[in-house]
Amino acid sequence: MLLAIDWFLIVEKLVLIVIVVMASLLIAMYATYGERKIAAVLQDRRGPNRAGPFGILQPVADGLKLFFKEEIIPNFSSKFLFILGPSLAMLTAIMTGAVVPWGHTIHFFDRDISLQIADVNVGMLYVFAVVSMGVYGIMIGGWASNNKYSLMGGLRAASQIISYELPMGISLIALLMVTGTLSLKEMVVQQQTGYWNIIYQPLGFLIFLICAFAECNRTPFDLAEAENELIGGYHTEYSSMKLGFYLFSEYINMFVSSVIMATLFFGGYDIPFINEADYNQNWMALFGIMMLMTKVVCFIFLFMWVRWTIPRFRYDQLMNLGWRILIPLALVNMLVTGGLVLLKQNHWHF
Amino acid sequence: MSITEILFWVLSVLALVSAIMVVASKNPVHSILFLIVVFFTISGHYILLNAQFLAIVNIIVYAGAIMVLFLFVVMLMNLNAESEPKKNRLLQFAGLISGGCLFLVLISAIAKSTTANNVMQLGSGNSGLIKNLGMVLFNDYVIPFEISSVLFLSAMIGAVVIGKKEKAAQDGN
Repeated sequence: MLLAIDWFLIVEKLVLIVIVVMASLLIAMYATYGERKIAAVLQDRRGPNRAGPFGILQPVADGLKLFFKEEIIPNFSSKFLFILGPSLAMLTAIMTGAVVPWGHTIHFFDRDISLQIADVNVGMLYVFAVVSMGVYGIMIGGWASNNKYSLMGGLRAASQIISYELPMGISLIALLMVTGTLSLKEMVVQQQTGYWNIIYQPLGFLIFLICAFAECNRTPFDLAEAENELIGGYHTEYSSMKLGFYLFSEYINMFVSSVIMATLFFGGYDIPFINEADYNQNWMALFGIMMLMTKVVCFIFLFMWVRWTIPRFRYDQLMNLGWRILIPLALVNMLVTGGLVLLKQNHWHF
Repeated sequence: MSITEILFWVLSVLALVSAIMVVASKNPVHSILFLIVVFFTISGHYILLNAQFLAIVNIIVYAGAIMVLFLFVVMLMNLNAESEPKKNRLLQFAGLISGGCLFLVLISAIAKSTTANNVMQLGSGNSGLIKNLGMVLFNDYVIPFEISSVLFLSAMIGAVVIGKKEKAAQDGN
C-alpha cells in the first residue's frame, strides 16, 4: 500500500519541472543580455560585445563574476533571515511556472503527456497567491540587513505590491466573468476556439499590464531600489550571489508575468488562424510552445522598452496612480463586464 | 500508511511546532514568519481535503495580505524584546485563564460534535471545490453571505473615516 503511485507520472512531472525551471533560468539569463543590448540600442551605444560573438557569453561572465565576489553578511543582521530573503525571492519567482500550460498535450510512448505541471482548477488564484508571496523576499531581506535604506526599500516594496495587487485582482475578476473558469488550461482552450481575451477585456489587460510592471518592481515603478534616494534599496547590503539572486529573480518575474499575460489575454500557446486539430499532435505542440515563447519575447521587449523610455515615478504619484486611478478604473471595468455578461445570459434583452 | 497520511502527519507536526514557536520566539518578526508557516501548513491540510479553493484563498488573504501588513507594522515600529513594556502579573494571569477557557471550549466542541469522529475522506470529497462552494454560498446561504459583505463594507468605510480624521487633525495643527 505504501507509495502506490503511478511512477511514470512522477518521472514525467519531474522531467517537466526540471525543464521548466531550467528554461526559466536560461531565459532570465538571456533577458539580462537582452536588456543591456536593448538599452544600448535605445541610447545609441553598442552594449556588451566583448565576451563571445556579439557579447553572447556576457550573462555567463556576469554570473561567474557574481559567484567569485566576496560574500559579506553584515554583523548586526539576522543571519538566517538575511539568507532567507533572496532565497524566498528566487523561490516565489520560479513557483508560478507550475500552473502555466506550456503547450498541447503531446503523445509519446503511448502516453498522453500534458505540458503543464499541475492543472489545478484554481490556477489563476494560484498565480495571484504566489505573486502576493513575492513581497516577503524583499521585505525580509530589507529588514534583516539592519540598514535604514534597505528597510525603506523593503517597506516601499511592500506597500507598492499591496496597493497594486488590488486593481490586478479586480481586473482578473472581470476576466473570470468572461471566461467562467479559473483554470489556465481551460482559458487557453477557450481562446483557441473563440477569440483572444484581449478582445473582450482591453481595459482589463491594460490595468493588468500596469500592475505587472509594479509587481515586478520594474521602472517606472522601481521605487524599492531607487538608487538616487535609497542607495540600492532593499539589496544595499547584499553582495555576491545573494545580490545575484535578487537581480535574477526580477528577470524571472518578468518572464513569468509575460507568460501569464500571454496565457490570460493572448491565447497562450494558440497559433492564430490555424486549427491545431488538423495537424500532427506533437508538431503542433512544438509550434505552440514556440508561439507562446514569441509572445513572451514581445512582452519582455515591452518591459525593457518602457524601462529605458519612461523615468521613475515619484512615490506619491505611484500611490495616487494605484489608489485613485487604477482601482476605480478596474471597478468600472468589472461592473461594465458584469452587466454585459448578465445581458448576454439574458439574450440581449433588458 | 498511504502518502496522504504521511503528508498529514508531516503537516500537522509542522503546524503545531510553528504555532508554538509563534508564541515562544522572542523576536516579533520571527513570530510573524512562523505564523506564515502555520498558514501554509493549514493550506496544505485543505489541499489534502481536496479543498483547493480554500487553500489558495487562505494563502492569498492571510499569508499574502494580512501577514504582510503585520510584518510592515512590526518592521516600521522596530519592535523587539527590549522595547517591549513589562507586562503586569495580573494581566498575564488573566490571559492564561481566558486562553485556557477557550482551549477547553474548543476541545469540548470537537469532542461533542458527531462529524469529528468520522474519518475524514482525504482527497475524495469535492465540497471544497470552487464550483460547489459557489453554488452553496449563492443558493443556500445568500443572506448570511450578503450580510457579511455589508459588514466588510462598513469595516472598510470605518477604516477610511478613521484615516481621514487623523489627516484632518494634522492639517489643523
